[in-house]
Amino acid sequence: MDFQSCVNIKKEWDIVGARQLGRDISRKIGFGTVDQARIATTISELARNIYLYAGTGKVCFEALEDMNKKGIRIVATDDGPGIQDISQVMEDGFTTSGGLGAGLPGVKRLMDSFDIVSTEEEGTEISVVKWLR
Amino acid sequence: MRIPILKLHNYLLISIQIDLDDQTAIQFQEDLLSKIHESGATGVVIDLTSVDIIDSFIAKVLGDVVTMSDLMGAKVVLTGIQPAVAMTLIDLGIHLQDVPTALDLEQGLIKLRQELEE
Repeated sequence: MDFQSCVNIKKEWDIVGARQLGRDISRKIGFGTVDQARIATTISELARNIYLYAGTGKVCFEALEDMNKKGIRIVATDDGPGIQDISQVMEDGFTTSGGLGAGLPGVKRLMDSFDIVSTEEEGTEISVVKWLR
Repeated sequence: MRIPILKLHNYLLISIQIDLDDQTAIQFQEDLLSKIHESGATGVVIDLTSVDIIDSFIAKVLGDVVTMSDLMGAKVVLTGIQPAVAMTLIDLGIHLQDVPTALDLEQGLIKLRQELEE
């Protein structure tokens, strides 16, 4: 499988659209229900962060396949204000929006790999991968 | 989209059967509190059997509605949380510790009756 698809995040409902598409893709790749829930939840958290903090952005999915393993890469990109202190947002319970502060540290636990690049005034890109076991 | 709230004697029953977006979740919170107010219900069961994702936002809305209902004098029990949802919530770091839960609707009603008799 070699394809990439993206969902633009512009309105709140796009959060649901993104996680539904991500769940469909992960099911097609062969993930079980628990990992599908982990992937859908991850997408929901990333898409909501875009909506809340940047306003607009996109979430892209890519099916990964090499010799002996399959997986999914999810990349969330926005042109928002960027994150001032990444170590702070990776702390459990840190929030500026009145939420639970579970989003990013939670996503890191749900996925197998987690990368974040953020530049102030330019935007944020978060890339995560989940491998099929 | 509105989530239907059914009244049965002193209880309110809700079965969430859609993929919850934020707006629907907030609307549900308001609807439930108004319904508790106008019906005088003392117990509420929110069945989540058909919900296959609870992210941090939905978890917060659900946790809050339990606390808010409690403030008004109605006990809420969440029922039917799926295995995949429970595992994902714990990975997210959300424990919903003060939230009463039960395996299914039937157990939820039993739990409510016990709590209300205490």
